[in-house]
Amino acid sequence: MKKSIASLLLGTALAVTTAGAAFAQDKTVKIGALSDQSGLYADLGGPGSTLAAQMAVEDSGLAAKGWKIDIISGDHQNKPDIGTAIARQWFDVDKVDIIVDVPNSGVALAVNNVVKEKNGVYINSGAATSDLTNAQCSPNTVHWTYDTYMLAHTTGQALVKAGGDTWFFLTADYAFGAALERDTTAVITANGGKVVGGVKHPLNTPDFSSFLLQAQASKAKIIGLANAGGDTTNTIKQAAEFGIVKGGQKLAALLLFLTDVKAIGLETAQGLNFTETFYWDMNDQTRAFSKRFSEKMKNGAMPTMVQAGVYAGVRHYLKALDGLGGNPHDGVKVVEKMKSMPTEDDLFGKGEIQPNGRTIHNAYLFEVKKPSESKGPWDFYKLVGTVPGDQAFTPLSESKCALLKK
Amino acid sequence: MQALYAQLLVGLINGSFYALLSLGLAVIFGMLNIINFAHGALYMMGAFVAYFLLNLGGISYWWALLLAPIIVGIFGMILERTMLKFLTGLDHLYGLLLTFGIALIVQGVFQNFFGSSGLPYAIPDQLKGGMNLGFMFLPIYRGWVVIFSLVVCLATWFLIEKTRLGAYLRAATENPTLVRAFGINVPRMITLTYGLGVGLAALAGVLSAPINQVRPLMGADLIIVVFAVVVIGGMGSIMGSIITGFALGVIEGLTKYFYPEASNTVVFVLMVLVLLVKPTGLTGRAA
Repeated sequence: MKKSIASLLLGTALAVTTAGAAFAQDKTVKIGALSDQSGLYADLGGPGSTLAAQMAVEDSGLAAKGWKIDIISGDHQNKPDIGTAIARQWFDVDKVDIIVDVPNSGVALAVNNVVKEKNGVYINSGAATSDLTNAQCSPNTVHWTYDTYMLAHTTGQALVKAGGDTWFFLTADYAFGAALERDTTAVITANGGKVVGGVKHPLNTPDFSSFLLQAQASKAKIIGLANAGGDTTNTIKQAAEFGIVKGGQKLAALLLFLTDVKAIGLETAQGLNFTETFYWDMNDQTRAFSKRFSEKMKNGAMPTMVQAGVYAGVRHYLKALDGLGGNPHDGVKVVEKMKSMPTEDDLFGKGEIQPNGRTIHNAYLFEVKKPSESKGPWDFYKLVGTVPGDQAFTPLSESKCALLKK
Repeated sequence: MQALYAQLLVGLINGSFYALLSLGLAVIFGMLNIINFAHGALYMMGAFVAYFLLNLGGISYWWALLLAPIIVGIFGMILERTMLKFLTGLDHLYGLLLTFGIALIVQGVFQNFFGSSGLPYAIPDQLKGGMNLGFMFLPIYRGWVVIFSLVVCLATWFLIEKTRLGAYLRAATENPTLVRAFGINVPRMITLTYGLGVGLAALAGVLSAPINQVRPLMGADLIIVVFAVVVIGGMGSIMGSIITGFALGVIEGLTKYFYPEASNTVVFVLMVLVLLVKPTGLTGRAA
């Protein structure tokens, strides 16, 4: 009897040590790039985001150190139910450790819950809603590139201060539009402006003329576009047709991406002011990365800030894993490690991840160039101003994140 | 009240696209008995051909209005000769599935090469600017779209219902064997009819290129609404699809004014209501 107990104990001890050894040496990582692969946000994220993640893995040099890092991609089709179904399958069946990108705030918030439940890691680059690091923050989530608070406090504030004190909103009717309108309205009223009206339009609307006529009739000085991607490009193009800017009203593209400007064309887009946290033509490092990226893209596109955010986020994640020496399967632990290290990369420069999961880095106010000023097929932006990260993003004192109250 | 007039006019403009597209669908269904799900993809091809003509060949919008429907129409006729003709006499479902597959392939290929956010196509210089109508600012181009589509719709209706060629066509679909006995080449007529329907879709594509982005999915977004229009109007009825097209554009425009959140679904609600009361559609004949 004694003997058998002793051997049982010995066996257990052995099992624990071998398990521990396997634990420490687990250097297998699976990355899931979840995006809109074919709809109105596919060009700003989509296949380009998967490519950015691949480049981050290659540049990390971890493969040479014996790590095995795989990437799979999925199409959430801008539907929260499809997004969560893919996320669940990835964690349960495909053993994915980290989900990246996820544009579309509705899908992003839904996936946020799944990642928390499965204790994975979530680096969101594509979605805008500031709720990801506020009311719905999670210990598993890092929100990398931009958010609605930042857009409202940079573009929105600059326009109100320049005299645009009455606003009419064209808002995409889902989580993102609502968050962007809410955050921008707060900035407008805080700066003495007023919102005189607005319409909520369905996502992916081809024709905006009815809404633009209502905006025109409101006589508001600024027409705020709380939409994105194909919706924004259609709005801007049709606003030009209806002579809105010529009539004295100003368009505020609260969220505009490089690929949107390409789609609208400089002739129509010139003079628009907006905010991004990354532009390919900022410095030698961003140009070098963007050139490599563009050469691998089928249509030769330069990276958007969303795709750049996926690259930077995955690089930082892999740095953290390297620091931990392996074991990517405990999401909270990995994210804690990521937060404990300052962020620094070629694309966004120096920054940090706040305890609520918000990555802080510079934001830039840009203006779209005139066709005569553009020197090449992707030469679109003029830098107007730089807003330091601590002024652009939600101050921790204002954050409603439960993680901060511990 | 002024705003209401403006919305009516804007609705009419969108209605002209619905009318042109549903007309093509009605022609194809009426003559070939094919539910052409590739119609949206062919509409998109029309816009892309206009873009290529301008950017690669320097060929203007005006020539594109003529050339794009011909080029895409020929593509359509090749489709008909190589694939669709084998569906003669089979259930509608086969045609629907085949054309749906074709649409997915065509859209996929375009998306692969051109991404999803689209390419810019400028309004031709002659139609730039707008007029102040008192109750709204009407872009000249939009006014042109309404007038041009009306003319094309009526011309097509006239061709099919009032000319000898149209009479042959209608006869050929009613009783192909008999018409063949008169020495008329029925398969060729069918091919030309498909080409005509496809050409109408491509023409709508060229018209829409300066207003919307030239995007691979521009047709996929629109085609479902257009099918609802056709169903409401009555499958295969030429005049029915023209009138319903314009009418639904107006109803949708009014919804955008009174309750914008529902503007994408109002057409389908109407479709359900019409089908409940009159299953053949408003102007459709019982099968």
